[in-house]
Amino acid sequence: MSSMNLLQAINNALDIAMSKDEKVVCFGEDVGFFGGVFRATSHLQEKYGRARCFNTPLVEQGIIGFANGLAAQGHKPVAEIQFGDYIFPAFDQIVNETAKYRYRSGNEFNVGGLTIRTPYGGGIKGGHYHSQSPEAYFAHTPGLKIVVPRNPHQAKGLLLASIRDENPVIFFEPKRLYRASVGEVPEGDYELPIGKADIVREGSDITLLAWGAQMEIISQAASMADNEGIDCEVIDLRSILPWDIETVVKSVQKTGRLLVSHEAPLTNGFGAEIVATVQEHAFLSLESPILRVCGLDVPYPLAHETEYMPDASKVFEAIKHSVHY
Amino acid sequence: MRPSTVHTPELIAQDALHIPTFKLLKQDGTLYQGAAEPEFDESFAVKLYQDLVFTRVLDERMVNAQRQGRIPFYLASLGEEAASVGSTAALKDQDMIFAQYREQGALRFRGFTAEQFMDQCFSNERDLGKGRQMPIHYGSKALNYMTISSPLATQIPQAAGYSYGQKLQGNDAVSICYFGEGAASEGDFHAGLNMAAVLNCPTIFLCRNNGYAISTPAEEQFKGDGVASRGIGYGINTIRVDGNDLLAVFVATQMAREYALANNAPVLIEAMSYRLGAHSTSDDPTGYRSKEEEAKWAKKDPILRYKHWLTQKGWWDDNKEKALYSEYREEILAQMKAAEKRPVPTLDHLITDVYDEPTEQLKQQLTELKQHVRKYPNQYPKTSGRLDA
Repeated sequence: MSSMNLLQAINNALDIAMSKDEKVVCFGEDVGFFGGVFRATSHLQEKYGRARCFNTPLVEQGIIGFANGLAAQGHKPVAEIQFGDYIFPAFDQIVNETAKYRYRSGNEFNVGGLTIRTPYGGGIKGGHYHSQSPEAYFAHTPGLKIVVPRNPHQAKGLLLASIRDENPVIFFEPKRLYRASVGEVPEGDYELPIGKADIVREGSDITLLAWGAQMEIISQAASMADNEGIDCEVIDLRSILPWDIETVVKSVQKTGRLLVSHEAPLTNGFGAEIVATVQEHAFLSLESPILRVCGLDVPYPLAHETEYMPDASKVFEAIKHSVHY
Repeated sequence: MRPSTVHTPELIAQDALHIPTFKLLKQDGTLYQGAAEPEFDESFAVKLYQDLVFTRVLDERMVNAQRQGRIPFYLASLGEEAASVGSTAALKDQDMIFAQYREQGALRFRGFTAEQFMDQCFSNERDLGKGRQMPIHYGSKALNYMTISSPLATQIPQAAGYSYGQKLQGNDAVSICYFGEGAASEGDFHAGLNMAAVLNCPTIFLCRNNGYAISTPAEEQFKGDGVASRGIGYGINTIRVDGNDLLAVFVATQMAREYALANNAPVLIEAMSYRLGAHSTSDDPTGYRSKEEEAKWAKKDPILRYKHWLTQKGWWDDNKEKALYSEYREEILAQMKAAEKRPVPTLDHLITDVYDEPTEQLKQQLTELKQHVRKYPNQYPKTSGRLDA
């Protein structure tokens, strides 16, 4: 074990993946010699050469189109989109091409080797275009997998699993935690399962569900609730698509209450999918309405970032509302 | 050469670059003066002609089949057969083909059978694509023909990435990427050509400039000297060729392949042609262009031109011609009848291949669907009788 921040864990995962499989190739804007604007790909070009770690021209639809072709050829591209906010020019390549490649060809071809890494989320004074959480746009697209880690240990294990998964994966990295989140990470090679939620803390009164950077927030809220004698079960969804319905439903059947929290805007956020599914499968267990504590339905603001964010105090209030319903 | 620095302002004229069209064959099948024909042997030359004719007969039959309501959609390559057959003929089997949708001639050259064409168009259980895509969205791993998708130009950056992988693997192969002049207006054209140039990819980009994107004439598509002039701007070696001249297309593509492999660099070929038929069976071109214009181009028929050359070589005659047409007409009709009788893929294939393995959610959705189909079998006649097949 060694102490790493989230970026170092990602860099370490890429290093291991590239050293073990020469088919793994990393590229994107400023990814090459410079090592990425967040330094996630530091030293990879030095170690593995320009052919396997390189800069691309500044064109997101090109990066993903190129990655689709490289994956179809049998390589394992790890393409970086500099900010999740700039993934939209590649939306067509991801939704119409990446996601449908295997299905539409009857499995004659696939881009299963593809992983798209991109920083997401707010809390860094990033305004409209350095703060967004676009996971719900992609969660509506069969054929993709979507993964969001919450800390360095999760990031390394989930990224290694994503690179080796036989399906295309979008890997959203919580950039607010890139340097802020530090933890013990095994030095060797390990994978964490995609599609499985992680029960971070067991409890009996209410289930709190989130992913990525928002895990820190709901954990804080759980501690605040603890002081008031409310026992929260805290779950990290980890995979948005496919998501672990079973673990979440079982938890809600036990606690009778659910609160879902995400940074992205409320309307049509992934929380809506979870709420609809849980009410269908745990209707008779529910003792209060399922609550969502999310971003407002506005573009991500700069001056009012603090007010916009679904912070621990908002989550805490919602927990009390649910428990005292 | 212009000086690299000037001290009085000068706008470089938009027509400063003029790219000529490379031609070998006149319409009567004779060579232009100074033109050198490729060294075809008789059997290869005849095979190319057979593929041209097959493509034309296939298109005729399938347009009729659509009009009769037997298939929902079709899209012919009338007038452009030489551009796809002639270019693919200059490649090696290991080279990957990324097509747009009007390149059935390329697929035929690689060996796709009448039966396979029919199975795809009729979406039956033998279709390699498992009946999931519209007609003419062909694909074959065995023939290195990437499955076609409807979104235009998406295959252009993909071809760059694919050929980058071929280069990394060092397997003496290139990718060819076909697209129309309309698709070249998409952002993915810019992305793909620029990336291929900067990242040193052995990719051949072949633009079929047939004058129209559905109803939009080329003069409403771009202002510059066609698509070819853009290649120079990206730092890509470029050639414009008469797309109705199979020999010229072949020679240009052969040269492009050699250059791409030797230099790890892309090449752009703009093949000038004319879309003689409708855009698709959902289109009627009489609303946007004249009969006179179509007639003018019909006289430049690429198949006829190549036939004249073949005949002058002593490799073709009228008897062979008649026999070939009737052979293909009969074969395609017979395969059509067989293909439309084959059942659609089983319902299980609704959920396979979304992922490498169906997720639990998908399995649950299929189970519920099957229960529903069992309850209302008459509502779902194509699958209700074989749910457990």
